[in-house]
Amino acid sequence: MTETLSKFQKIPDREPPSSTVGMLAWVRINLFGTTTNTITTLLFLYVIYLFLPPFLDWAIFNANISGSDRSVCDENKSGACWTFVKVRFEQLLFGLYFATNPDQIWRPITALFTFGIILTPLLFEKTPFKKWLLLILLTAYPVFFIFIVYGGAFGIPVSDTGQWGGFLLTFALAFVGIVLALPLGILLALGRRSQMPVIRALSVTYIEFWRGTPLITILFMASVMLPLFFPSGVDFDKVVRAMIGITLFQSAYTAEAVRGGLQAIDKGQTEASMALGLGYWKRTIFIILPQALKISIPAIVNTFIALFKDTSLVSIIGLLDLLKMSQSASRSLEWNGYDIEGYLFAGFVFWACCYGMSSYSQKLERKLDTEGRTE
Amino acid sequence: MTSASASKKSTKNQISPIITINKLNKWFGKFHVLKDIDLEVNKTEKIVICGPSGSGKSTLIRCINRLEVHQEGTIIVDGTELTDDVKQINEIRSDVGMVFQHFNLFPHLTVLENCTLAPIWVRKKSKLEADELAMELLTKVRIPDQAKKYPGQLSGGQQQRVAIARALCMQPRVMLFDEPTSALDPEMIKEVLETMIELAESGMTMIVVTHEMGFANKVADRVIFMDEGQIVEQNDPKNFFNNPKSDRTKLFLSQILNH
Amino acid sequence: MVQIFVLSIVVFGIFSIYETTVFNLQERGIKTSSNFFDEVAPFKVGFSPFLNFELGKTTYIEVFYIGILNTLLVALLGIFAATMLGFVIGILRLSPNWIASKISLIYIEIFRNVPLLLQIMFWNFAVFLAFLPPPKKSIEMGLFYLNSRGLHSPLPFIEDSNNFKIWILILALAALAGFIFSKWSKKKFELTGAALPVKTINILSFLAIAVFSYFFLRGPLGFDLPVLGKFNFKGGGQIPLPLFSLWFALTIYTSAFIAENVRAGIASVSKGQLEASRSLGLKRSQMINMIIIPQAMRVIIPPTISQFLNLTKNSSLAVAVGYEEIVAVWAGISLNQTGQALIIIAMTIIVYECMSLFTSFILNVYNRRIQITER
Repeated sequence: MTETLSKFQKIPDREPPSSTVGMLAWVRINLFGTTTNTITTLLFLYVIYLFLPPFLDWAIFNANISGSDRSVCDENKSGACWTFVKVRFEQLLFGLYFATNPDQIWRPITALFTFGIILTPLLFEKTPFKKWLLLILLTAYPVFFIFIVYGGAFGIPVSDTGQWGGFLLTFALAFVGIVLALPLGILLALGRRSQMPVIRALSVTYIEFWRGTPLITILFMASVMLPLFFPSGVDFDKVVRAMIGITLFQSAYTAEAVRGGLQAIDKGQTEASMALGLGYWKRTIFIILPQALKISIPAIVNTFIALFKDTSLVSIIGLLDLLKMSQSASRSLEWNGYDIEGYLFAGFVFWACCYGMSSYSQKLERKLDTEGRTE
Repeated sequence: MTSASASKKSTKNQISPIITINKLNKWFGKFHVLKDIDLEVNKTEKIVICGPSGSGKSTLIRCINRLEVHQEGTIIVDGTELTDDVKQINEIRSDVGMVFQHFNLFPHLTVLENCTLAPIWVRKKSKLEADELAMELLTKVRIPDQAKKYPGQLSGGQQQRVAIARALCMQPRVMLFDEPTSALDPEMIKEVLETMIELAESGMTMIVVTHEMGFANKVADRVIFMDEGQIVEQNDPKNFFNNPKSDRTKLFLSQILNH
Repeated sequence: MVQIFVLSIVVFGIFSIYETTVFNLQERGIKTSSNFFDEVAPFKVGFSPFLNFELGKTTYIEVFYIGILNTLLVALLGIFAATMLGFVIGILRLSPNWIASKISLIYIEIFRNVPLLLQIMFWNFAVFLAFLPPPKKSIEMGLFYLNSRGLHSPLPFIEDSNNFKIWILILALAALAGFIFSKWSKKKFELTGAALPVKTINILSFLAIAVFSYFFLRGPLGFDLPVLGKFNFKGGGQIPLPLFSLWFALTIYTSAFIAENVRAGIASVSKGQLEASRSLGLKRSQMINMIIIPQAMRVIIPPTISQFLNLTKNSSLAVAVGYEEIVAVWAGISLNQTGQALIIIAMTIIVYECMSLFTSFILNVYNRRIQITER
């Protein structure tokens, strides 16, 4: 072992041949790699060329935004009429009451703004006291929302729910749906995994019943039959009826999302907490649920996206949500004929909300996925 | 394949090595993974490649059947140079068997179907013939009784032996092993290594990437140590383990043997 | 104890709701009974391709059946088209071609994040009704004509019933021969390893026999072609615009979800599988057919079956455009006419529950079959 060792000599790294890296190589590999690839690229480029420039011309370059009535748009038919959206903006977002009472418009703005303020820190991982913020959002905020938007106290004039509309109504319906459906859904999910056969059967029946029926039937039922279910004298207005229908419907989907989380929790957790002598409710509330809920957040967000889109169905039972408001505004005498713009605006708002939520839930899912793997 | 070309190939085999790698360079993006690799593998030779993780050893054998594409240099397998020609690539691949770290058995096919799929569709064998060959090889790796099961029903060691049988069913001239035991539980490593030793004794040309130094010592004709994408040192096992020439090799050996 | 308590509360609750509802209906002069089934429906159902509708003769219960059939019709049309489109988009999503992949990503993200109802209304009101030409100036697509009333297509009918029977017999024999041929060549393949292009031979010879015998029998099957009359098309089959719009929107919306399933399914096949099949020398087409598709399908099929159910439930949004499926014609018009809310809503829900049960039955069968072959 006295032999001298030669020193390891590293061959210096070289740059790869220029034909394999950089922009040009990327284009060659990803767009013109093979004959089929080239044909696909050319075909799609042609399709883009056919549709994109005319659309951009219509939607942006030739679009009308100035003025306050349809005369501008009527003169220039080659572009979209965003003037319509601009003029009716308050109505589309907040409904008729607030559009006709501009001095009250601070109320929905404050309500939505507050929502944003509470929600934003929740989206970041490192925010402290997240649980408390979430609790505020789910309990105190709805009270605040009703107080400020509905009014009726402290000299704030009442805005009747019948006059609610636009994005505000869409938001209210979806938010009520998730807030009320969450506790109900958790109970149902626990019921479905309960040891007691009667409880389990009832939960399964309930969940599968609502999941098997389209929401529109449920909304019909809520608007036509709900008043019949109760002794005369008990009556709700239309918005509340829709909210009840949506909540019952949503709770079944939330239950399934939570159940997924419960199933993923290790059996060992239950056994360990039983060994500690914790009773059913104690171990469920303090050990099982916090973990299960954390896992099921992406699934819950996904059901919420579906619900958010589904709130548009209330337009069929005569509520003026964002969709119906856009439709009816663009069919009004003043703006008749500009309904593409109306639909596109409503579609864009819905899309932005849903896309945001789904990106967030996908991010969360990936994070949970990698966490699960490293454990 | 016509008989003329087959005979031409076989005469070539006797005079030239079965695999010749010349000045091979490969990059992953901007990362230089293989640097100026020169390697000749003779028929029936057993080569063990070792080295720290990230040294490029897996990448090197994956280049041999074109699972990775190299940018510079040449690889000649059995007289055929690896180029972009799909037909040639497929021909080389069917002559070069490969066993993976994670077995990569087809989960939707039974053990027997795993073994007969390629002989039937690539080698154009009849089902009977392929079945017969597969059963013979499954007997060789000592799991003929599992032929009707699905891979998911087998243990890791059994799966890896099926994977070896599957590769052998193509009657390859060379077998490549990419860390075949590193995903296995300790008690299963032995059964796979035994199978590989038997295979070596039958005269198969083998290139094995592994950390099993016992296997290298027992079977290898040559041990190659790689680091930083280059071949640092190669020697017969006795000299390699007892008299490493490079300080890098010695450090590696001391780490791996003390471990 | 707890179970009995909960059960009795639930039973009591349902019972009292039922009692109150019946009482409330009676109060409004509606006696809950199924007697109205056999009464003649006093309204017109415009689209009923399977059951003959006759104003003044067709009863309520027949309207119910028409509704179910129309729901099934649009569901089947939608399932067919959405599956095709979904697979194409999903495969494009994984294409090595960068543009193709990005375009299909944009497609998926746009159409699944905008409410379906909005899409239905958009296509129907803002696009088709606004831009499709009147019947006189129909867009010609071969033997198909598209205009603001809908899509007109040739409709096959039986010309000579005897010849038709012979023709069907010949086709059946040809199919049988093809079946025997494929069995035979499979056996031969197993014995010798010689593979024939069985599918191609079978399809081509079947088509040849069908066409040849068709002319030999002097056209046992005629085609009723749509012909432009004074104001509208006469003859042929017609897909009225509401059905067309609904079909179109359902297809696009659902295809985005199916595409995502397809993408996830193909991506779920591990890289190792591809490497193993390449290292065995399988050709690209063999790898796709024998390794990727069988494995990907196991991941794709279950969620796609759920999408089929979703599509069927979503077809209830037809009320928005006036296509006469079960919710529109039964839970809508019939309910308004008779006031029999309890029975009508219950029957509507039962129809959907049956479809939902049927779907989960299929899913269970499929999952069990997969489990047998997997572990």
